[in-house]
Amino acid sequence: MTDRPGSGRHLPGGGSAAAAAVDAARAVMLHEAKPRGRTRIGADVVCEALLREGSDVLFGYPGGVVLPLYDVLGDYPALRHVLVRHEQGAAHAADGFARASGRVGVCLGTSGPGATNLVTGLATAQLDSIPVVAITGNVVSALLGKDAFQEIDITGITLPMTKHNYLVRDADELPGVLAEAFHLARSGRPGPVHVDITKDALQQETRAPHPSQAAVVARLPGFRPTLEGHPKQLRVAARAISEARRPVILAGHGVLLARAWDELRQLAERAQVPVAHTLLGVGAMDETHPLSYGFMGMHGWKHVNRAIQAADLLIALGMRFDDRVTGKVSTYATGARIVHVDIDPSEIGKNVAVDVPVVGDVGRVLRSLLPLVREVPPAERAAYFAELAEWRRESEASSWHGSGAWRDGLLSADYVVSRIGELTGHDATLVADVGQNQMWLARYAGFRRPDSHLSSGGLGTMGYGMPAAMGAALGRPDKATWAIVGDGGFQMTLQELATLVQDRIPVRIALFDNKKLGMIRQWQEIIYAGNYHSASLLGPDYLKLCEAYGIPAWKATRPDQVDAAIAAAQAVEGPALVWFEIAEEQNVFPMMPAGQGLSDLIEKWEGAAE
Amino acid sequence: MSDEAARPAAPVARYVPGSGTQRRHVLVAIVNNRTGVLNRVASLMRARNFNVEALAVGHTEDPAVSRMTITLRGDDHGLEQLSKQLYRLIDVLKVQDVTQERHLEHELALIKVRASAANRSEILKIVELYKGRVVDIAAESIIIEATGTEEEIDALVALVGGFGIKELVRTGSIAMQRGSNVIEYEGVNG
Repeated sequence: MTDRPGSGRHLPGGGSAAAAAVDAARAVMLHEAKPRGRTRIGADVVCEALLREGSDVLFGYPGGVVLPLYDVLGDYPALRHVLVRHEQGAAHAADGFARASGRVGVCLGTSGPGATNLVTGLATAQLDSIPVVAITGNVVSALLGKDAFQEIDITGITLPMTKHNYLVRDADELPGVLAEAFHLARSGRPGPVHVDITKDALQQETRAPHPSQAAVVARLPGFRPTLEGHPKQLRVAARAISEARRPVILAGHGVLLARAWDELRQLAERAQVPVAHTLLGVGAMDETHPLSYGFMGMHGWKHVNRAIQAADLLIALGMRFDDRVTGKVSTYATGARIVHVDIDPSEIGKNVAVDVPVVGDVGRVLRSLLPLVREVPPAERAAYFAELAEWRRESEASSWHGSGAWRDGLLSADYVVSRIGELTGHDATLVADVGQNQMWLARYAGFRRPDSHLSSGGLGTMGYGMPAAMGAALGRPDKATWAIVGDGGFQMTLQELATLVQDRIPVRIALFDNKKLGMIRQWQEIIYAGNYHSASLLGPDYLKLCEAYGIPAWKATRPDQVDAAIAAAQAVEGPALVWFEIAEEQNVFPMMPAGQGLSDLIEKWEGAAE
Repeated sequence: MSDEAARPAAPVARYVPGSGTQRRHVLVAIVNNRTGVLNRVASLMRARNFNVEALAVGHTEDPAVSRMTITLRGDDHGLEQLSKQLYRLIDVLKVQDVTQERHLEHELALIKVRASAANRSEILKIVELYKGRVVDIAAESIIIEATGTEEEIDALVALVGGFGIKELVRTGSIAMQRGSNVIEYEGVNG
C-alpha cells in the first residue's frame, strides 16, 4: 500500500474508518477535559448499580481511565469511597467488607497497574468464595489491543481467578452487566466478579435501564445453582446420620456463607454429633457450646484430628476437603463414610470420594434434613463423648501456655491471642494475616459469633490482615475490629495505615513481632533440619512508625503488660496499634508435615519443646 | 455402652479420586457463542490439569450457541470432575459425555502425500478403499481428504505414510448421538 499525502500517513490502515477511530480515541485520551454535561453517562450507571445492590462503600484508587467515574462520584453522597494506598488494599478491604457484613464488597482500580494490583485480592476472594465485584477502567475501546498507555489484557489475567468477568465497551450494556455481576458474586457459591469498562463506555451517554432480578436470571441460563437437596439423597444422608456411632460434623465456610449456624447447631444437638470446624469454619458454632469440638487440620487440635481419624461417619457441611484438612487422602479417616453437602457440585468428589453427596445450600439442606434425622439421646453417646473429652484434655494440656510465659519467660503468642479474645468479649471481628499468627488466632481466641473471624485460608495471602480489617470495620461498624498480624505480613501492606487515619477507620492492630517469618522459620527448623534462610526479618521501630502516622501505639514485651496495652488500644476512638514483642522461636503445634496424614502430627520438637 | 463407641473395622486405604483406569472420552459442550468462551474453556482445562487430545468448535442450528467436542483421556472420576468444572463457567450451558451412549464420531483430515506418475494409481486405490477423496493433484504430490473415525484416519495415514507424508492436518472429532436423541440445553432464548 502506498502512502497518500494528507491521508494520515503515520496511521496503520491510513484513511480507513478504523484508523480514524483510533486517532479520535487517542485525542480523547490526550485531552481529558470534556464539558461536564449532567446527562446520564456510563459512570453514573456504575454508581446507581452500587446503590441498588446495597454496596454503599467502595475501596478504590483513581487513574487516567477511571477519572470519568471519579468525576461523577461526588454526585452520589450516599456512596462512600475509601481512597486506599495501593489497589491490593482495596481488593482485600472489599473482601473484608463482604466477609464481615454478608454484603457484596466493591473495589475499583484504573487500567494497567491499577488493575494488576487488584489481582492478588481477587485470587484471595476466589479461593475463599467471597462475593466481591471489582471494577476496573480500560483504555478507550478503539485502542484495545494497541498496547496503549496503561493497557493490559486484564480480563485475560483475571479469567482464571474470578467466578466470571466482563469487558464492557458500550454504556448501554452496563446496567445489565453490573446486575449480572452482583447476582453472580452473591448467588450460589459466592465469588469475585470482575467488570472491566472502557473509558469511552464510562463517558458515553446512556438511557439503558437497570434490569429486574427476573431479567438478570433469564440472561444467565448457564447459572442455575441447585439450592435444595435432592429428597432421596436427604433420606440416605439422614439414615447414615441416624445409624452412625462415631459421627463427626465437619463445619466449613459454607455454613457461614449460607448463614446456617442455627441449623448446624440444631443438627449437632438433635443427633448428638461433635462439631469440628475448618479454618474458614471458625465461628460457625460458638466454641463454648458443649458439642463444639474444635479446629481441624494441619495445625488443628490433636483431639479433633484424632476424632476424625476414628470416626465412622463424617458429615461435611460446606467444606472442600482441602489438603490442609485431610493431609494424605489415602490415610484420611479410613473407617468413615462421608456425607458431603456443598452448593458447588464440583467440590463433591474433587479431593475425596464421597458416599452420600448432597448438592445444595447448606441452610436449606439442613432445614429439610433435620426432621428426617433421628433424635439421639445423649446417653447413647456417653462412651464416645467420654473418650472425646479425655482426648481433648490431653491435647489441650500439651499445647496451651495458660501462664502467658513461654520458654525463658518470653511472651507467648497464644496467650496474647487468648487475652484479645477475652478482653473483646469474644464479640469483636478478628482478622488474621497469614502464617503463625493466623493459626494462633484460629486456635486460641475462642470465637462465639459467626462472621467474627476473617482469614485468607485458601490463597494464604500475606498482607491480607490489615486491609481486610479496614473493610471489616466498615462492614460491621457495630463491632470492634482487630487485625492480628505478624511482622512479615504487616510489612507487606502497612501503607494502609494512612488510609485508616485519613478515613478514621477504627481498626486496632495487634502486631505479633517475633522478628521472623515465623512459619518459614518453623518449617526450616523442623523440615529443613534447621537450615535457616531468609527467616529473620528486620522491622522498623513500630512506635515511631505509628507516631509518624499519628496512630496511638503501645508496646508489650511481658505477660503482665498485655491486658493494659489491649485496654489502652480499646479506649482509643480511631485506629490504634499494640506492638507485642513475642518469643522469637515459638512454634505452632501440633503440626502435620506436608504430604503426611492426619495421624502423623508433630507435637514437640527438640530444642523447641512445647 | 462401650460397644456403642466401638472403633470401625480394620481401616482400608481411602480411594484417591483420579487414580482409576484411564480411558478415552468424548465430551460435547454447548456454550454461549460469545467472545472469549473458547479461552475460558481452554484455560479451565489447562488450569485443572486435563490433557486434551482434540478440540473442535463450530456453529450450530442455534446462532446463540457453539458446540465444542472435546476428546481426552481420563478416569471416570476425572471426567465427571471436568464436566462439573465446566459447568462452573457461566457460559457453559450443557456438558455431555457421549462415550457413555451410542454415538457417531467423525473427523476430517487433509493429507499431502508424495506421489509420482509411477505410484499415483496405487495411492488412489488406497484412497478409494478408505472412501477418501483426492482434492488436489500436483506433479509430485496429491492431497487426500478423508473423513472417518479417529481409528480410520489413523489407519489411512499409516497406509499412505509409506509414500511419504509432506503435510497432515486433522480437525479433531466431532460427535453426535445416534438415533433421535439430541443434547438438550436451556439457552438465553429459552
